[in-house]
Amino acid sequence: MIKPQHIAGQIVAYTAFALMIGYFASRPAYHHHAPENALLKLSLTHAGQRVGECKDRTPEELAKMPPNMRTKQSCGRERNAVTLEMDLDGKLVFQQTARPAGLSADGRSRFYDSREVPAGQHVMRVRMRDGNNANIFDQKAELTVTLEPRQVFVVDFDEEDGKFSFQ
Amino acid sequence: MSNPIKSALRAGLFRAESAWDGLVGREANPMYHLGAMSWYFFWIVGASGLYLFVPYDTSAARAWNSIEYITREQWYWGGLIRSLHRYGSDAMVLTMMLHLVREWLLDRYHGARWFAWFTGVPLIWMVFSSGITGYWLVWDELAQYLAIGTAEWLDWLGIFAQSIARNFLTRGALTDRFFTLLIFIHIAVPLFLLFAMWIHILRINRADTNPPRQLVIGTSIMLVALSLIHPATSHPAADLGRSTAILDPDWFFMALYPLYDTKGPAMAWGVSIGVTLLLSVMPWMALRRKRSSAAEVLASHCNGCGNCASDCPFGAVTIRPRQDGSPHREIAVMQPDLCTSCGICVASCNKSNPFLKGDPHKTGIDLPDFAFDLVVKRVSARTHGLTGPGRVLVLGCDHGAVLDHLKGHSVGVLSLPCTGMVAPSVIDYALNKDLVDGVLVTGCRPGECFHRLGPEWTAMRLAGERVPKLRGAVDKERVRLFWAASTEVKALSRDLAEFRVQLAEMPKPERPEGTARRVAE
Repeated sequence: MIKPQHIAGQIVAYTAFALMIGYFASRPAYHHHAPENALLKLSLTHAGQRVGECKDRTPEELAKMPPNMRTKQSCGRERNAVTLEMDLDGKLVFQQTARPAGLSADGRSRFYDSREVPAGQHVMRVRMRDGNNANIFDQKAELTVTLEPRQVFVVDFDEEDGKFSFQ
Repeated sequence: MSNPIKSALRAGLFRAESAWDGLVGREANPMYHLGAMSWYFFWIVGASGLYLFVPYDTSAARAWNSIEYITREQWYWGGLIRSLHRYGSDAMVLTMMLHLVREWLLDRYHGARWFAWFTGVPLIWMVFSSGITGYWLVWDELAQYLAIGTAEWLDWLGIFAQSIARNFLTRGALTDRFFTLLIFIHIAVPLFLLFAMWIHILRINRADTNPPRQLVIGTSIMLVALSLIHPATSHPAADLGRSTAILDPDWFFMALYPLYDTKGPAMAWGVSIGVTLLLSVMPWMALRRKRSSAAEVLASHCNGCGNCASDCPFGAVTIRPRQDGSPHREIAVMQPDLCTSCGICVASCNKSNPFLKGDPHKTGIDLPDFAFDLVVKRVSARTHGLTGPGRVLVLGCDHGAVLDHLKGHSVGVLSLPCTGMVAPSVIDYALNKDLVDGVLVTGCRPGECFHRLGPEWTAMRLAGERVPKLRGAVDKERVRLFWAASTEVKALSRDLAEFRVQLAEMPKPERPEGTARRVAE
């Protein structure tokens, strides 16, 4: 039989338990991003160009190969590391070189960056090097954009069109 | 225990539990049933989850709406079930973490108990995975925050062929198939969790998986009341084109996310993996502790009655058919790795009886480091020369209140590995041989027993509810139980003083003339 004083005690204890669960299940509030800022995401996966040039196979070489493997060119598997840079309002905000995925370095290079920027007009310049010439950027793009508060603006690379995409 | 900080924390725990006992009554104190409470919350979450699964729409476009329908259109029933699902999960995290801390404070994680501790570590990951995926399913702004944060966190490992975070890049990136996968994970992980919980208690005999009725009723009422007064609601629907700003996270599950936001994925992984590894190896970090020898079966004295197998808290004793030509069909077999050397099996053996002839006193199962014969001899030695009215033998354990300061002209003390090692026949012996006028049995409070079940079995044996029983002819007024934590030395002293006064007022028992007082060795 429960003692009367224990009933009162249990009411107090269960109330405290409920308050603890109820409070920490949704409080205190957490400020993730400032509501007045926009979010700029740079996310792309891109396979760099193959390292070195492909070589044409001679008819003799093709004849020696099994019929199902007779491709006209012989290419190495390894791909170039990809370098990606982004300027925002004339200031370099992102610069990274990513090696290709895979043990044979024949996969895609991956980039991901997420940063808050003040809402308003911005000028973005993005450039990517994926070829064999270390002195040039193979892809470049420039965009002037006006961002709303809390807007998520994504910079990606469209593999089909072969150019940067902004959305 | 050598660590002074841990000793202080443990003393604080005992005091808090004592205060809680005074407030709600011992039966309704959840601190003694934290593991069982976690089981109970698991069933609440599972049952409410089954209901929520039926109307939930596994599509990116309609997931949030279906949850809103459950919460608002089915109110009160649907909203109540959803709230029970959320608050039951939170309560499970709370009791699980308290269970972890309490077992550590009570030193119940090394030696033979490594298995329960080690298998408990993955449960933490499973509970958190279940909770986080559950919050994703709501697909509100909080889900968006969690989904992107978790995906970025996982992507940092670089082990996935495709970036998971790219699934949440733009409004059109997320597909219904992702939600189908998500609900599959949210159901599969708790099923694995249930299996892992079963493994967690596999080496524990009579594991406490059902809390007392008082706790079940009280907690259920509390959860329902909380759900009605403060129902679980969603944030606005997720919109991958808008960033998340001010959120109301469930801190029971999401405490690690701000760390990721501020310190980055390396730190978040470092903390989570580091804590996991630390917890996993803790049982072996206590190697310096001296581990007593496991109990041993003396085949010539074992009649295969099974008492020891039934009483062992960790299932270290099993009963097997015997093939040694003995008239007894079965024999106890020890599994030394599972033995905590508590001696409960020694007391449960019907051959552990000082009235039986033999020197030394042999029994069917015994502790090499603290044999039953030594117990009998020490009882005689510690009671030798006691004078005055109210002579008392205090039998206690090495983990409860320290007994040494209770010693005096009229009081002898004997501390055993566990109070469960006190065979009722030893008490009978001390009284019958007029070694003392009364016996006070103490030890860890029920629920706090270092070895598990010692106080429970002892109380039942002395009350005649469990074999071996205290003989009916023994004057029960001369046997007293008082459970005392290490912080309750004064309370034990007071109880001993009261007991001695009570004994002094009792008439001297009449003894047969042939009963000679045994003189200690």
